[in-house]
Amino acid sequence: MTGAAVATSNSARPLRLTRNVVRPAVIFSAFALVPLIAWLGAEKYLLDVGARIMVFAIAAVALDLLVGYSGLISFGHAAFVGLGAYAVGILSAQGIGEGLIALPVAIAVSALFAWLTGIVCLRTKGAYFIMITLAFGQMVYFIATSLAPYGGDDGLTIAARNTIARLPLLTSDRAFYYFTLVCLLATYVLCRRLVASRFGRVLRGAKENATRTATIGFNVRQFQLVAYVIAGALGGFSGFLLANLTEFVAPTYMSWQQSGELLVMVILGGAGSLDGAIIGSIVYLVADEWLSGLIENWQVIFGPILVLVVLFARGGLLGVSSRLWRLGHE
Amino acid sequence: MSGTLFLIQTLNGLQLGVLLFLVAAGLTLVFGVMDFINLAHGVQYMLGAYLAVTFYGVIGNFLAALVLGLLASLGFGLLLEFLVFRHLYDRDHLDQVIATFGIILFLNHAVKQIWGAAPLTLPVPEYFTGSVVLMGGLLYPVWRLVIIGSGLAVAAILYALVTFTRTGMLVRAGATNARMVSALGINIERLFMIVFGFGTMLAGFAGIMIAPIISVEPGMGTNILILALVVIVIGGIGSIRGAFLAALLIGLVDTLGRSFSVDVLRLMMGPSPARVVGPALASMLIYLLMAVVLYLRPAGLFPARGR
Repeated sequence: MTGAAVATSNSARPLRLTRNVVRPAVIFSAFALVPLIAWLGAEKYLLDVGARIMVFAIAAVALDLLVGYSGLISFGHAAFVGLGAYAVGILSAQGIGEGLIALPVAIAVSALFAWLTGIVCLRTKGAYFIMITLAFGQMVYFIATSLAPYGGDDGLTIAARNTIARLPLLTSDRAFYYFTLVCLLATYVLCRRLVASRFGRVLRGAKENATRTATIGFNVRQFQLVAYVIAGALGGFSGFLLANLTEFVAPTYMSWQQSGELLVMVILGGAGSLDGAIIGSIVYLVADEWLSGLIENWQVIFGPILVLVVLFARGGLLGVSSRLWRLGHE
Repeated sequence: MSGTLFLIQTLNGLQLGVLLFLVAAGLTLVFGVMDFINLAHGVQYMLGAYLAVTFYGVIGNFLAALVLGLLASLGFGLLLEFLVFRHLYDRDHLDQVIATFGIILFLNHAVKQIWGAAPLTLPVPEYFTGSVVLMGGLLYPVWRLVIIGSGLAVAAILYALVTFTRTGMLVRAGATNARMVSALGINIERLFMIVFGFGTMLAGFAGIMIAPIISVEPGMGTNILILALVVIVIGGIGSIRGAFLAALLIGLVDTLGRSFSVDVLRLMMGPSPARVVGPALASMLIYLLMAVVLYLRPAGLFPARGR
C-alpha cells in the first residue's frame, strides 16, 4: 500500500504541475494568440469563431461546477444563457444599450431564476433532477417563443453592441475578442478558487456521499443551492456576451438541444476539471465548423462519435490523455 | 367559452393524453426496470411515423403500413438495444443522457438526409375519414376518436399484461428491485430486452396513429419526448398507473390551458394584456404543475413501491 502510494506520488508530481499550471497556461495563451493568426487572413471569421468558443466555454465551465463537482446533472443550463441574452435584447429594445446596466441585469435575472427553480429542483435527486431542470429550461424556452412584442419565435435583432460607460468599446471584433478572453479568464480563476475552497470541498464531499456530508453537519442542500445560483449567474454572464457577439437573441439559445450541447462540451473534454469544459467547447465548436462545412447534416457523423466517446473514452479527452500519459511514464 | 367548444377541447385533451401515455408507458417501464434514461425514445416515435409513411407509399394500405411499421420499429429498437443501450445499463445517468443525446442527433439528421426536411403526410384510412355527430349537433373527426379508443385499449391490455402475466409480475418486481429479481435466477437481460422492445413498439404505434392528423417531420419526436418526461416524473418513475393518470392530466391541462387561458385571464385583466400573458402562461402551465407536484412529492404521485 505505502510502496504503491510513494510510487504514484513520484510520478504524480509532474502530472499535477502539468494539470494546474501548464495546461491552463497553454489554453489561454492559445486563445490570446488567435488574433495574431487572424492577422494573416480571414480575420473576421476567426475572431468570430474564437469569441463564440470562449462564450460557450464560460457557460460550460459554470455547468462543470454542477456536473463535475457537485454531481448535479442540469439539463437546463441553456435557459440561464438565454435569460442573460434576452436581458440584453429586451433592454436594448427599450433603448438601454449600456453594458454597465445590461450586465448586472443579465446576471441578476439568471441568478434569480436559478435560485427560484433551484429550491424546487434540489428537492429531487438523480434522474428526477435531470428531468425537472430540463422542464424548467423548456418553460423558459416557451415563454420566449410566446413573447410576441420581442420577436417571439423569430427572435430579436439587437441594434448595436452594448456600450461601456457610453463608450463603444466592444464594437471592434478584436476588442470584443479580448474582452471575452478576459471574461473567460476571470470566470476560470473564480471557479478554480471556488472548487479549491472549503465550499468546493463540501460540494465534492456531497457528490461522493451526501448522507455522510450531511451527517458531519453540513446543510448539503444549501451548499448545492449556492452552487446552482453561481452556475446560473455565470450562465447569464455568458448569455450577455453571446447576445453582444451575435447582436441577436432567439428562443433557440435556450432550447433543450442547446442544453444538451453544453453538457456534451463538458463531457467531451472531461467533467470535473474546469480545463476539460474549455477543451470540450473548443473541440465541439471546431468540429461543428469543420464538419458542417463538409456535409449539411453533420450531426449524422457527430452523433455516433458521441456514443463512441461515452462507450469507450471514459473521462472524456482529458481522461484519455492522462491515461495515455500514465502509460508512457510507467 | 361555450359548452360545445369546451367538450371538443376536452376530447382533444384526452386524445393528447392517450398519445402521451403510449409514449410514456415505454419510457417509464424502461426507466423503472433498467434505471435507464432513454432520451432517444421520442426519436422512435418519429421513426414509427416515417416508416408508416414509407410503407404506405409502397403498399397503399393503412393497416398493412401500420403492421409493417410496428415490426420495423420493433426491429430497429432491438438493434439499438443490442448495439448501444445494452452497454449503458450499468453506467451512470450522465453517460446515458449523453449517449442517447448522440443517438437523437444522429437519427434526427439521418431522417432529414433520407426523407428530406419537408413535412410528409399520411392520409387518414378511408373507413375512418369524416366526422361523427356527437350530442348537440357537434361534429368531431372519427380518426381522433379512433386514437382515443385504441389508446385506451392499449392501456387496458398493458394493465392486464402487467397485472396478470408472469412477465408482467417480473416487470413489476424489476421496477421495485431489479438486482433482487436477477438474484432469484431470472434472466434479467432477456426481461430488459422484452420491456425495451415493447416500449419501442408502443412509441412507434403512437407515431403511426398520430401521423394522419399532424405533419411528419424531423424533430417531431423531441416535443413529445419532453412532455412524456414530464408525464413520467409527475406519475412516478416505473409506475404504469401513474403514467396513465399523469398523461391524461397533462393532456387535459395543456389543451384546455391553451384554448381558454386568454378567456380566463380576461376576467381578471384587460383584453390586451390577457392576449399577451395568456399564451405564455398556457405554455408554462404543465411545467408549473410539474414543479408543484415535485415540490410536494419529490418522487411523483404514484412512485413504484420499494424505491
